[in-house]
Parts: sequence; structure tokens; C-alpha cells
Amino acid sequence: MRLSRRGKIILRAAVALVLAFIYIPLLVILVEAFNSSRILKWPPPGFTLSWFGKAIEDESAREALVTSIEAGAVAMLIAVALGTLIALAVGRRKFFGRDTISFLVVLPIALPGIVTGVALSNTFTQVMGISLSLMTVIIGHATFCIVVVYNNVVARLRRTSGSFEEASADLGADPWQTFRWVTFPALRSALGAGALLAFALSFDEIIVTNFTIGAGEETLPIWIYHNLFRPKELPIVPAVAVILIVLSIIPVYLAHRLSSDDAGLTPGRGGAAGTATTAGAATIAETEATAAH
Amino acid sequence: MATDAVVVKRSAGRRLAGLFNGRPRLQIGSLLAAPMAWLVILYLGSLVALLVTAFWTVNPLSGSVIKEFSLENFEELVNVPVYREITWRTVRTAILVTFTDAVIAFPIAFYMAKVAGRKTKALLVVAVLMPLWASYLVKIIAWRAILAEHGVLNWALEPIGLHGPGQGVTSVWLTMSYLWLPYMILPIFAGLERIPDSLIAASEDLGAHPFTTFRKVILPLSFPAVVAGSIFTFSLTLGDYLAPKLVSNEQFIGTSIFDSITNNQPFAAAFALVPIVVVIAYLGVARKLGAFEHV
Repeated sequence: MRLSRRGKIILRAAVALVLAFIYIPLLVILVEAFNSSRILKWPPPGFTLSWFGKAIEDESAREALVTSIEAGAVAMLIAVALGTLIALAVGRRKFFGRDTISFLVVLPIALPGIVTGVALSNTFTQVMGISLSLMTVIIGHATFCIVVVYNNVVARLRRTSGSFEEASADLGADPWQTFRWVTFPALRSALGAGALLAFALSFDEIIVTNFTIGAGEETLPIWIYHNLFRPKELPIVPAVAVILIVLSIIPVYLAHRLSSDDAGLTPGRGGAAGTATTAGAATIAETEATAAH
Repeated sequence: MATDAVVVKRSAGRRLAGLFNGRPRLQIGSLLAAPMAWLVILYLGSLVALLVTAFWTVNPLSGSVIKEFSLENFEELVNVPVYREITWRTVRTAILVTFTDAVIAFPIAFYMAKVAGRKTKALLVVAVLMPLWASYLVKIIAWRAILAEHGVLNWALEPIGLHGPGQGVTSVWLTMSYLWLPYMILPIFAGLERIPDSLIAASEDLGAHPFTTFRKVILPLSFPAVVAGSIFTFSLTLGDYLAPKLVSNEQFIGTSIFDSITNNQPFAAAFALVPIVVVIAYLGVARKLGAFEHV
């Protein structure tokens, strides 16, 4: 759009303000993590690396990290299996009720996270009569992670043609061989991206976790939450928070590389690099809706 | 020997192929059995159980759940002023957050979609997306640090003689507007990208002032995208309980549910139905406004 010089300047200033609004809070946490004082006071009187050392040495934080990785890994595996199966059915076949299924997959992230949390906790404790544990957390996480894998795989299936699979079958391959040698290689990077995003989502999640976790168990976000109410060790929290951010950004970055890579290789409707970026961004944005729940 | 093994394996595979061949229902059924069992029995089942539990009550003396149909929880939600107040406070905050985010998101989304060059655009998309993955909890903690008595905001406002909002509804509004902003920026950006440049050029060529072009062409065409974004900001605000818990002392729907889950699960279940009903009503309005035509 043609804008006057003044209009452009005003718009650029607005963009700068919004970016500042987005990034200043993250910077604040980063600075607080190096704060040398025992209490959180702005501006920090001095800087130190010691909170990171304390965070790494902290027994309960380390245990929480291990718990988070366990929960994330198992939830990811379940989500990959279930999400891929649904994607193969929805993406490659036409059948009655297909739209209902795609709706059902999205439902756990479409509803407010607290609803999923209360519903699952209610089912575990009142209906099934089992006590909350790490397993109930994993079940909850897997439920809302399915959509991430599903979205990635189904998008890839739409971009690749089913005629390869037909050709494989015509040439005498059995269904397993076709999957192993034709479908799977085409899906590999989408599966990888979906799995990484599912892990990141689970790793970060607190709302459903809070409702489904057993007494005495802590994932890393729950550990942070509990420690917020223990004022003595406050500065260790921003340090762990920074570690948490770094650990959840890495899989997302890798997933983005995997999915945008392939969007470039198999041009969809637009085909341009710009479209690929936007498409990758859209997938990630869509997936992220879950993280907030 | 090796060839024998291959032959045996192949024939097993072939028998399997024969079984599935020409039976599309069996194929789809075997693909969907496990995931549907999970989603329908576990998830939908849980939602139904939630609905049923909402009609149960708790014995006030023993604390045990009485599994008999009763409208008590809903009567309480409607008749007790505190709960009406909590619901209204939450809905009001959700509306305010949605409006705030729409106003903040539009300029940057517009710049990304219609003004920035390709490289800047890609860079801005990443800049907006990246914080989405920086843990939601950490972002709330950041706002806690900003809004605290000896926090960043009071430090910045002190020289001009002002004081931050402290713990309260205003802080919840600020924190939530921050948390959900990217969910508003991205749909508006996508919506603006879909407006053909030629329409804007036509308006300009016909002599319209940029403001007129914005009001008569861009705004009406991008409005459904704004509504689409508002679904996220609205529903996410309704269901959140950590931001109110960590930056305010006020009760919101989420915090009330969370607080009642340990000793009165039926009431928590009943209160959890409130955001569902409000979100469904909102989706109905959004559909009327055309939010789903472009998503």
C-alpha cells in the first residue's frame, strides 16, 4: 500500500512499540535470572551467574526436569502413534464422519484447558477411581498432543499424492511394505516435526498438568509454580525459567526447520519461499494454541 | 534359506493384503480403532462425565460425593451474588482483553502483510511466533516481576509520579492481553494477506485518502479475521486461572474452579460448564460475523 512518509513513520513506530511490548517481559526474566540480590528488586543491585549453578545443583529441580522429560517423551510417543493413524485415515480416504473426526481431534485444544483438566481429573478420580500420578499426566498430555502430530502429518499427506501408494500396491508391495518404503519416507520429516512440537507442548504445559498430577510429583513448570510461593529461593525461579524457555525453544526450532524445509521442497498452492514460511508459521501457531491450555 | 524366509514373509503380508483388499471399511476401522477409543471413550467420555458430575452434590459434613441428580450447583451459580460477580468479572476481562489485543495487533499485522518487504515480513512472523513457545508460565512470572511493588513498572513510573496497578483486575487485563496477543496478530495478518493489493490500489487510484481506503476497503475485508482472532483471546481468557492467581487476589472463573476441585468436585464441574456455554455462544456470534469463512 502507498503510504505517506509520515504514515510510514507512524506505522513503523507502532510496530516497534508492539515488538517492545512483546519482548520486554522476556528480557525482564532474563535479567532477573542474573540478579545478585536474594529478593527480586528492580533494578537489580548487581549480577551473578550463581542462580544457574544453584538451579542445576537443586535436587528437586533436577528431579522435576527428569519427570518432565519422561512425561513429554511418553506423551509424544502415544500422540505420534494415534495422530498418525488418524491422519492416514482422514488424509487418504473418504468416509462418512470424516469431518467429525477432525473436529474431535481439535476439541482438546479448542476447549479451555481448564475444562480438559477438570474433565480428566474428574474421570480419573470419580469415575475410574484411580489416584492421580505421572501416568494420568501423560494420558492428559497425549490427549491434547494428538492434534499436533495429526496436523503436521495430514498437511503432508495433502501435499503428497496418493498415487505413489497405489503404484507401490500395483507393483506387488503389501500394505506394510508400502507404508515402510513409500508412505513413511514421505512423512518422515512431518512426523519428526509433529513429535518435536508434541514434546515441546507437553514439556511446557501446566494447566492440565496441575489437575492431573499426583501429590508429591512435579514437572518442571509445576516446580516453578510451587517455588513461586517459597519466597526464600526466589531468584532461582527465573534461572530455571530461562532454562525452561531454552529447552522448549530448541525442539520448536528444530521442528520449524523440518517442516519449512519440506514446504520448500514440495511446493503447495503458492510454492514460493514466502508461502512456505507462512505455512510453517501457521502450523506452529495453530499447534501452539494448545500450549496455553 | 534366506530366500525361503522372504517368500514366507511375503506370503504372510500378501494374505494380510488380501484380507484388507476391497474392504475399505476394514481398512479405515483398523486405522481408527485405537485413536477413536482414546478420543471418544476417554476424552468425550470425560466431558460427558463432567456434565453428569455437575448435577451431583457433596455432603457438607462428610465431604463425600452424593451421586444423585440435583440442580443445587446451578442454583448456587445463579443465585449467589459472588458467583455472578466472578462470572461477570471474567467475561468483562475477556471482552476487554479481546478489544485491547485487536487494537494492538492491527497495526503490526497490517505492516507485516501490506507494507513490509519479503525479508522483513518473514523476520516479523518469526518475531511474533517465537515468544509463543517461551513457556506460558514464565511469561506470567515475568509480568509478576514487572507489576510487583518493587518491580519494573513502578521503577519506570516513579520519576513521573505515577504508580502501577498493583495486584488486581487491571494487572490480569495487562497480563492476559500480553499472553494472547500473538493469537490475534497471526489471524489478522493472514486475513490482510488475503486482501488483493489491486483492491487497495484501485481505491487509491480513485483518489481515496489512505484513511478512507483503510475504513472502506481494508477494515471491512479484514473484520472476519479480527473475529477469528478474538475467538482465541476470548476463550483463552475465560479459561485461564494462573494469571489471575499470580498477578491478582481476585477470583475468576478459572481460579474458582481450581479452588473448589479438591473439596467440591461436582461444583467445580458445574462451574466448568460456564466457560463452555459462553464460548459456544461466542462461536455462534462469530459464525454470524463470518469468522469461519476464511479460517
